[in-house]
Amino acid sequence: MAQNQINPTRIELRKCKTRLKSATAGHKLLKDKLDEMVRQFLTLARKAQQMRQEVESELLSIFKSFALARAIVGSQEIESALYMPTMSVAVQTATKSIMGVTVPIIKTKLPEQKASLPYALASAPPELDQAIFKFYDFVQKLIKLGESEKICALLAEEMEKTRRRVNALEYIMIPELKNSIQYIQMKLDENERAALVRLMKVKEKLEKED
Amino acid sequence: MTFESGKIGAIGDKDSILAFKAIGVEVFVVDTPIEADEVLKTIRKKQYSVVFLTEELASAMTNTLQKLKTNTFPTIILIPSASGAGNGFAQENLKKDIEKALGTGL
Repeated sequence: MAQNQINPTRIELRKCKTRLKSATAGHKLLKDKLDEMVRQFLTLARKAQQMRQEVESELLSIFKSFALARAIVGSQEIESALYMPTMSVAVQTATKSIMGVTVPIIKTKLPEQKASLPYALASAPPELDQAIFKFYDFVQKLIKLGESEKICALLAEEMEKTRRRVNALEYIMIPELKNSIQYIQMKLDENERAALVRLMKVKEKLEKED
Repeated sequence: MTFESGKIGAIGDKDSILAFKAIGVEVFVVDTPIEADEVLKTIRKKQYSVVFLTEELASAMTNTLQKLKTNTFPTIILIPSASGAGNGFAQENLKKDIEKALGTGL
């Protein structure tokens, strides 16, 4: 046991008491942090889950339109039609902090004007035009989803760490310190009694000799 | 807040990322997870902030993704591949995160 290694002295007792105090304070702070993180995480995760489902079904329908276009005019035509894109999508990124976790903010930057299609209208079926425009609008949602998922992943990582710390404090550090304090206190009391008894004995002896 | 502009890339099989090509995203056509891994490595150095990756490939390269997970950038967005429905890898991932965060599922 750990308590066998500590000296039962007053200095040690005082040290243990201060450590217990800061451990309790730290535990409370971390627990509060974890609670708040759970609260924020829950809303974010629910949103992300819902978005993921929406996005996946939408994306599949868009892929279907592309496949349809491909079936009408053939893959090569489609690929050459799309080879030189005229639209461009870019993102702007920044970071913010949620409960001390650095998370990304991603803004999709679409050009102000909706760009034209990269091919002559006659060279591709209208399904393709539709699909491209739909996808162009859709990509913003997709990126938003990516951002939410990333935030969830980062938060989850931090929450796991925090939970581990809270548990380490609650179930190991604090009980151990309490044990040590009790042990030292008992030892000190014992010493005190021993000293008292010794004094009484000595006094008895002296009285007998007199 | 200062925004920096970032690039978008897409990695996947030809059919899945055709749509991304159409709207001007830089695409990298790969057929195997090993190739995708290579591309992802080179991409990391070039400051892409958003990378689209098909679930099909992603499920075979969990090691690399795990490493990237804790970085703020790049953000890897998993998409189902065009060939049929997605394999649910992204949803599984999200579920795992939730379990990790809360110690239990939602």
